Amino acid sequence: MSISLTVNGRPHQVDVDPATPLLYVLRDDLALNGAKYGCGLGQCGSCTVVVDGEAVLSCMVPVMLLEGREITTIEGLGTIEEPGPLQQAFIELQAAQCGYCIPGMMMSAHALLRRNARPSDAEIREALATNLCRCGTHMRILAAIRRAGELMQAASLPKADKGRAG
Amino acid sequence: MWALRVVIVCVAAIVLAAGAFFFLAWRSEIPEDAAAAEATFAPELVAKGAQLAALGNCIACHTVPGKPAFSGGLAVPTPFGTIYSTNITPDRETGIGGWSEEAFQRAMNEGVDRAGRHLYPAFPYDHFTRVSAEDNRALYAFLMTRPAVKAEAPQNDLQFPLEYRPLLAAWKLAFFDRGELEPDTSQSEAWTRGRYLVEGLGHCGACHTPRNAFGAEDRDQYFSGGEAEGWQAYAINKDSKAPIPWDEQSLAFYLRNGWHEFHGVSRGPMAEVTGNLSGLPDSDIMAIATYVTSIMGDPTPERGQRAAELRETFEGDYREQAGDSQSSPVSASGGSPGEAIYLAACASCHEGQRRQPFGGLNFNLSTAVNAPNPQNIVNVVLFGLPPADGEASAVMPPFRHLLSDQQVADVLAYMRERFSEEQPWAGLVELVANTRSGAHQVTIRPSDGIERAPHNVGAEEG
Repeated sequence: MSISLTVNGRPHQVDVDPATPLLYVLRDDLALNGAKYGCGLGQCGSCTVVVDGEAVLSCMVPVMLLEGREITTIEGLGTIEEPGPLQQAFIELQAAQCGYCIPGMMMSAHALLRRNARPSDAEIREALATNLCRCGTHMRILAAIRRAGELMQAASLPKADKGRAG
Repeated sequence: MWALRVVIVCVAAIVLAAGAFFFLAWRSEIPEDAAAAEATFAPELVAKGAQLAALGNCIACHTVPGKPAFSGGLAVPTPFGTIYSTNITPDRETGIGGWSEEAFQRAMNEGVDRAGRHLYPAFPYDHFTRVSAEDNRALYAFLMTRPAVKAEAPQNDLQFPLEYRPLLAAWKLAFFDRGELEPDTSQSEAWTRGRYLVEGLGHCGACHTPRNAFGAEDRDQYFSGGEAEGWQAYAINKDSKAPIPWDEQSLAFYLRNGWHEFHGVSRGPMAEVTGNLSGLPDSDIMAIATYVTSIMGDPTPERGQRAAELRETFEGDYREQAGDSQSSPVSASGGSPGEAIYLAACASCHEGQRRQPFGGLNFNLSTAVNAPNPQNIVNVVLFGLPPADGEASAVMPPFRHLLSDQQVADVLAYMRERFSEEQPWAGLVELVANTRSGAHQVTIRPSDGIERAPHNVGAEEG
């Protein structure tokens, strides 16, 4: 059955069983391999993507629920040449160890920063409560998300203000 | 002349009535005890008080999540307006630092504060009046040895004229049965202990018994189900809808661990209760289970028969599999919209082979699906079960961003039809919409499962 999905602003037609979880469609049909398969049970967060601004676990969501909705994956946050603020901050602070959980962490953080550019540590921890990291880079992840918030704010300031501040 | 006499009689009657009411309503102030907050207590007494405070779940109402434990200020919504819990840390100005033990005993016994003001029954003194003086002494010792926190609770926001506290004297006259319970010599020691814990500090009926128009527990419908913080507190009498009826063992296990394989995990306000009960000895947990199951009574033969079949299906040593969302992709075509969503989004966990508390409960075992009011299952679908902070716990992702009101209603209607023999739920779409919008307010708390107080209410440890 053909299903239309909008991922990172681009429309796609995929021919899959409508019960297929989004994660499999992203990886197998659209070659977007950023979102990772961790537990397959919606408990580890490594498959997190953003749907209409909210963090969602793609391993649990059948694609039939996603027609007409805006899906953003980590590939939508920037490119190697031009990393987005979250990616830039994670590189700057070397927040990844093995890196498997990081796309999910960044997508949860993306959803958080969209609604709150200056979250407190408690708010970051709450938003990432279902994102597990086994390497233990949590402190750097926290720092990177704070840094990304700063980068986003700086980028959104009008030029004149930036000049004064600089 | 005759008219004047009538007037005089009327005035006299009013004065007498006012006098009688004043006499009834008036309570003396108990003088401030300047030394109370500095008093020292035997460590054993404080330890016993800690257990009792856990049984009473005091921390849940008397703490705003994220704020210091017992410092009050939590908004408690009631049909009569919002009441803010008080600071029960030993701060002289804003807490109970100036309260003598006598004042504390009176508050527990009569629902009157140190200054002589009647307290609103949101403070469940209709239960706490059953607590022994000895246990109140231990509770007092525990609370007076907590760190003093300066924190003033906001003013209550109540409908006129309920701000006027002497009116509570009339409420008490009508609904308040003061004092400890008479012993029932025909019952076992465990039952008697259980009744003391349940009826007194445990105040189970405060949520599990419905309330009348005046906010008092309706004793004729004892334990037949009530409401708390936007959640349904299920019937825990003969009307319990648990597909496999509770027995002493399963109830004790659930209260001890926060989950049971035939009943699922505790959640909503009950997660705080089971979290707190971890402070109690096994004997007390067992006593509570003995008493509560005696109220439930034996199941009817039909219910027993059905339960035996379910046990056969869900008991025993099946191989636990770490199922995943792709292990059984079920084609969604053909069925109703609700069925398609259930099979694609719910069944992978809820019909998986993963055991409680981490696997999804099979809905053949679910009280929620059989409940007269679908509120709890709506809450869980929309908001999920947030994980406990820093500890292993049950967790379910929220579906509010993925499912429309109609879709949630479709799934629930399908589940009701498939997993329950009860009548279909009415008004599902509206209920989901009101829950989502906050018109029906729901308190979302981390699951309990494994987590333990004070973390489970988000209190700062004191």
